Amino acid sequence: MSSGRPGTGPEGEGLTVAQYLLSVHMIEGEPAPAPEVMEQAYRDVDAFNKELQASGAWVFAGGLHPPTTATVVRYQDGDVVTTDGPFAETKEHLGGFWVVKAPDLDAALALAGRASRACQRPVEVRPFQDVPED
Amino acid sequence: MTALDPAEIARIFRAEYGRAVASLVRLLGDIDLAEEAVQEAFTAAVQRWPSTGLPPSPAGWIITTGRNWAINWLRRESSRGYRHAQAALVHAGTDASFRNPAEMDDEVSPVYDDRLRLIFTCCHPALAPAVQTALTLRLLGGLETAEIARAFMVPEATMAQRLVRAKAKIKAAKIPYRVPGEAELPDRLRPVLAVLYLIFNEGYEASSGAALVREDLCAEAIRLARLLADLMPDEPEVLGLLALLLLIQARRPARTGPNGELVLLADQDRTRWDRALIAEGQDLVRACLRRNQPGPYQIQAAINAVHADAPTAADTDWRQILALYDQLMAVAPTPVVALNRAVALAEVAGPGPALAAVDALDLKRYHLYHATRADLLRRLGRREEASIAYDEALRLTGNAAERAFLQRRRDDTARGR
Repeated sequence: MSSGRPGTGPEGEGLTVAQYLLSVHMIEGEPAPAPEVMEQAYRDVDAFNKELQASGAWVFAGGLHPPTTATVVRYQDGDVVTTDGPFAETKEHLGGFWVVKAPDLDAALALAGRASRACQRPVEVRPFQDVPED
Repeated sequence: MTALDPAEIARIFRAEYGRAVASLVRLLGDIDLAEEAVQEAFTAAVQRWPSTGLPPSPAGWIITTGRNWAINWLRRESSRGYRHAQAALVHAGTDASFRNPAEMDDEVSPVYDDRLRLIFTCCHPALAPAVQTALTLRLLGGLETAEIARAFMVPEATMAQRLVRAKAKIKAAKIPYRVPGEAELPDRLRPVLAVLYLIFNEGYEASSGAALVREDLCAEAIRLARLLADLMPDEPEVLGLLALLLLIQARRPARTGPNGELVLLADQDRTRWDRALIAEGQDLVRACLRRNQPGPYQIQAAINAVHADAPTAADTDWRQILALYDQLMAVAPTPVVALNRAVALAEVAGPGPALAAVDALDLKRYHLYHATRADLLRRLGRREEASIAYDEALRLTGNAAERAFLQRRRDDTARGR
């Protein structure tokens, strides 16, 4: 068999928990929500973060400043070149993210559903390649 | 007794493929490895079965042989220090390995049939509908990638890549291998039913190409729907879907004329309808009515059951059908349902009110919208408008049999028939 390594099933020992990136994407030029909507979202995200920490699913989370504050650093031919960012000239930018632990995709999607409700934006779910061993 | 030549063995493997792969995915925790194991078991069967004869449980034999091959393979890999192979080996339960294939029926699952797990994994909402369909046909139906590619008119390489990506996503994102709990079941069952309906519909109403019906897809959809109905006998919508497919399939022999041309329901020779399929479908519809938990598939099945009841088109109980469409609009108010309701309305209230209902719909890119309008305009004697609508319908359909039908109708209308 040539195609990659076998995965682990539901009872695979020691590898039962995966980590997922839940990312929130902002679209440039979209009208900003009303201040009271923003405040509600901040409060809801705070409450969701506390629940994540209490349940043990929490790894890390944060909101980002806008892409106009970004800087790109590139190692190239023995030199480090620094340029004004962002890296990609696209209309969509990462606005913030969570890293969570979950036993499988269904559990991660359930967390993402609550995250989306709290921040009032779509949330993309992506698995991390490998869970670092604790 | 049938000779166990490679062709016969291939037929048996195809029939048992879904069951074998489903159990091996549970035992091995990996779809690629499970498929590989079935392939290895096939090679072994071609060598052994002609002399030993067919084992009492071919599925059990395939599962055991495949599992033993996989465990050997995993042992070799893990002795080379591959951590993941070691983990998978634990999963596969090495201590119980190398059992006699004759004792292996216990591998054919305890609580749930493994195929039910596999259906829910293939139709997980995190996978795109086209991907769900392809995976279901491959893993549960045992169709070759090339066959699925042909059925959906995409290049084989495209289909192969779609399947590889889907399996990689299932593994990397850890899409679980289980039947959803009670609370999630309604949401999770919906894409499963949609995939089976889509497979059937693609076979029945081939969106392009010469053959109006690609029978193998219809047969496969019905086989999978029967399986689902066996596995989930308490879900009325599952029974409704099976009934719907059976009742539509029953009309297949009458749906095309001697030269492959399309014959409308009203013009079909009803003696050619398959009475056995109709009886089975109607029994299921009656069972659904007794439960009284209606849903879109059950109502559509009931509509088709009313058609099946009429000995001639003129005997059709259109009032009953219109009432069922009203029910369907209440649970699934889509423009396509509204269009079909308008067809029933034309029979109850005449083409005028029906045309008014059709004109209110936003379906200008759907060929049957224009075909329905054309027919209503023709019946109202508005021949020029009817011709324009037929042209529009022709422009939007690629199916050769449907095109021929529309062209014939258009020509008749232009000649004032």
